[in-house]
Amino acid sequence: MSGFLAVLVVVLIFVVIFQIAKASEYVSILKGEKKSREQSNRINGFLMIVFLVLGLIGVWWCHDLLETKMLPESASEQGEGIDHLIKVTFIITIAVFVVTQILLFWFAYKYQEKEGKTAFYFPHNNKLEVIWTVIPAIVLTVLVAFGIRHWLRITSEAPKDAMVVEVTGKQFNWLIRYPGKDGQLGRKSFKNINNENNPVGQDWTDSLNHDDIIAPDLHLVVNKNVKLIIGSRDVVHDVGLPHFRLKMDAVPGIPTTLWLTPKYTTAEMKKRTGNPDFVYELSCDQMCGSGHYSMKANIIVETQEEYDTWLAAQPTQYAQAHPAPKPAVEPGKPAAADSTKAVALAGK
Amino acid sequence: MSNEATLHSQDLLHHGTVEHGHGNGHNGHDHHHEETFISKYVFSMDHKMIAKQFLITGIIWAIIGAFFSVLFRLQLGYPDATFPWLESILGHWAEGGRITAEAYYALVTMHGTILVFFVLTAGLSGTFSNLLIPLQVGARDMASPFMNMLSYWFFFLASVLMMSSLFVQTGPASGGWTAYPPLSALGDASIGSKIGMDLWLMSMAIFVVSSLLGSLNYISTILNMRTKGMSMTKMPLTIWAFFFTAVLGVLSFPVLLSGFVLLLFDRHGGTSFYLSELFVQGKILPNEGGSAILYQHLFWFLGHPEVYIIILPAMGIVSEVLAVNSRKPIFGYLAMVGSIFAITILAFLVWAHHMFVTGLNPFLGAFFVLLTLLIAVPSAIKVFNWITTIWRGNIRFTPASLFSIGFVSTFISGGLTGIWLGNSSIDIHLHDTYFVIAHFHIVMGVSAFFGMFAGIYHWFPKLYGRYMNQTLGFIHFWITLIGAYLIFWPMHYEGMAGMPRRYFDYSNWTSFSQFGGLNQFISFVVIIVFATQLLFVFNFFYSIFKGRKLTTPNPWEATTLEWTTPIHPGHGNWPGEIPEVHRWAYDYSKDGKDFIPQTVPVSADESSH
Repeated sequence: MSGFLAVLVVVLIFVVIFQIAKASEYVSILKGEKKSREQSNRINGFLMIVFLVLGLIGVWWCHDLLETKMLPESASEQGEGIDHLIKVTFIITIAVFVVTQILLFWFAYKYQEKEGKTAFYFPHNNKLEVIWTVIPAIVLTVLVAFGIRHWLRITSEAPKDAMVVEVTGKQFNWLIRYPGKDGQLGRKSFKNINNENNPVGQDWTDSLNHDDIIAPDLHLVVNKNVKLIIGSRDVVHDVGLPHFRLKMDAVPGIPTTLWLTPKYTTAEMKKRTGNPDFVYELSCDQMCGSGHYSMKANIIVETQEEYDTWLAAQPTQYAQAHPAPKPAVEPGKPAAADSTKAVALAGK
Repeated sequence: MSNEATLHSQDLLHHGTVEHGHGNGHNGHDHHHEETFISKYVFSMDHKMIAKQFLITGIIWAIIGAFFSVLFRLQLGYPDATFPWLESILGHWAEGGRITAEAYYALVTMHGTILVFFVLTAGLSGTFSNLLIPLQVGARDMASPFMNMLSYWFFFLASVLMMSSLFVQTGPASGGWTAYPPLSALGDASIGSKIGMDLWLMSMAIFVVSSLLGSLNYISTILNMRTKGMSMTKMPLTIWAFFFTAVLGVLSFPVLLSGFVLLLFDRHGGTSFYLSELFVQGKILPNEGGSAILYQHLFWFLGHPEVYIIILPAMGIVSEVLAVNSRKPIFGYLAMVGSIFAITILAFLVWAHHMFVTGLNPFLGAFFVLLTLLIAVPSAIKVFNWITTIWRGNIRFTPASLFSIGFVSTFISGGLTGIWLGNSSIDIHLHDTYFVIAHFHIVMGVSAFFGMFAGIYHWFPKLYGRYMNQTLGFIHFWITLIGAYLIFWPMHYEGMAGMPRRYFDYSNWTSFSQFGGLNQFISFVVIIVFATQLLFVFNFFYSIFKGRKLTTPNPWEATTLEWTTPIHPGHGNWPGEIPEVHRWAYDYSKDGKDFIPQTVPVSADESSH
């Protein structure tokens, strides 16, 4: 019933608007084309100025309102440069935006058709055109130079001492593999994948694999370079790290890499943002199917000690794939405890 | 004869085009001795009729595509609400009145496909290139009217296939309008990648054929069939824009077609062009050695020029409409042509800026940054020239000129954010977020639509011999302009906060769920703006039959050739000789004369520009 009423109201509004429009057309025919054009010019010219003023106030108001909902400052060193570049670009583009919109709507208002006025025949002016070719070109060159410099910096080879973590996307969650005490990830092949006990297809004949750990969350050590080796099992995904301002596609068959240096632990970030529920999140940023929107991993940035403790408590994937058939060899505690030091130097 | 009008959309055309100026709609059927109904209204070879066919098909698609956006905005704005009527139209795709994730992705995909290709390529370029090229260069028809007819009917066939994909059991394609493999290649990876994807690919392949047939015709007509005196530099900017649009299409659409054919092979031929090392639905696939990124290169080699294929015709229309209604020549004609040319060249050299985060070689990425930001220079020239065109003009506010001013405004707003996204460092953060949605919707969605609206309002009298209702046009413009900014401006902020696009639901993310209220507001505005577009559609169809009739062949007092034809031009456009051209298209307010048509010879005492 309420749906029917809503439709009725909409239709009524349509009819009313249409009748007004129709009536105004008849009136304009009666008044004569010139008279009615003068009137519509006045109204639309006035609306131009109203739109300009309210629009600029709206832009300011929108900024004011949404600023509080933005991300906290970049949580990675690499992201700082990006934030800086955004700030510079923001200032330049908003200035151009304001000036050009004012000119456009102000001119539209000011030069509306008036009785007895004629337009100024002004087909071209080389000097003006050179000015507004050269100035944008210079400004853009500066932006390109800064942009490329930072781009080459963040896409450069990861530092040698970076720890290595592998991120594999699948529909619809992330598999994150950490090297064990040897600091090296073992070989893998998609042909070894099975969902029961080998989700990324580790090759068990490679002993480097025996201490690798797979977890659903991404653990990172604060102030320590980390190199992510990114891949996918099925379709293209994308490792999105909004708090760190970074992003890299996960492409099946073609590994990609991304390195970063986290600046604040999750606990520090909770304090900085004043939000006790703060959590770093890893989002999938490339359309990957019906569960795309739910493809989330939590990121925990912690101190070296916390990281070591956490890693030591994780069972290796090898152990899960080979459930203890031989109680003679005790694989449990001592080995895991030993691994902590080595992990810290992962990747050497 | 009014009964027939309700039968078929083609019949609608019938009423509006009573030819030979008889005027009152009675004689429309009396010309069977010349042409049959079929040859006149269905398989017509008259470029003006083909333009109407493209336009009306485009309008129907636009309503469908926009309605899809209303449906998925309901989900984004009101993720917890249920709408029982959704279940009655979508069935099990909206069980309990809430659309499913699969349906959401299908709607998003079809919205993109429909609007980018079927509305803003075929509907915009197809309509106005067809209508204006012969009329404005002074030709009786296209170089090949038969190919032109085929161009529409291939488009129609593509439309039928795309439409039918909406009704198959597994639903239409749902992997995004870009259809990246492996998602689009494997039916096991997504329900939308089953038969719906095959229909999508076949439809798009036929669409490419349609586009090529049209474009080749446009190019050859412009190059070969200009009337006496119409040198290239005397052509209106609309024609220059259509020309470069066609060149872009001819050179880039075949690459897209090859990409699609390879994808079809991967889907059904057991090849591995795009597939490698896959484990899907518990199965290890045999494919090795393919590259998913190869598809992205092939796709964006068209995909980027495509945005210029969409925006250049709008630019041409806006240049023309602004000059006519400012009663001033377009400022910097040669610079305008030069910048369209520069954009055309650069359009082919920037595609990889859509792929900055694919693991692209960073050194190569740096080149694409440089070339991408270079495009901002010709774009800036155009903007400054438009603003200078209205400066010290004598502006008449018609719905067409309002939409042209709106175009310049949104083109500035959306163009400036291109400077953000084209810079790869910034793109790393903003890639695939709502910032991108805001950017391209403003710069090529809203702007191109504004160009299209300007064109429709401006040339409606030429199409149907009647005016559209002005007051409705004013209401349409103001609500659409304000609404478009309200919808897309705040999305920049969502994007800067990292909010990813193509998410069905944000409620379980702590990083993005703070925008629930904003999303609701945006969805609310979307509904109002959509309703306003229906007002336009009503105005369009109503005016075809009942609009105020033209009393003069040149209602806007314009200089170009299309207004030298009779109010209802027949096939062949000019009843007598094709007029000869003596001057450029922009002699407004020159030497104290309001306007001097192109057909008027240059007098001895005239100042030269």
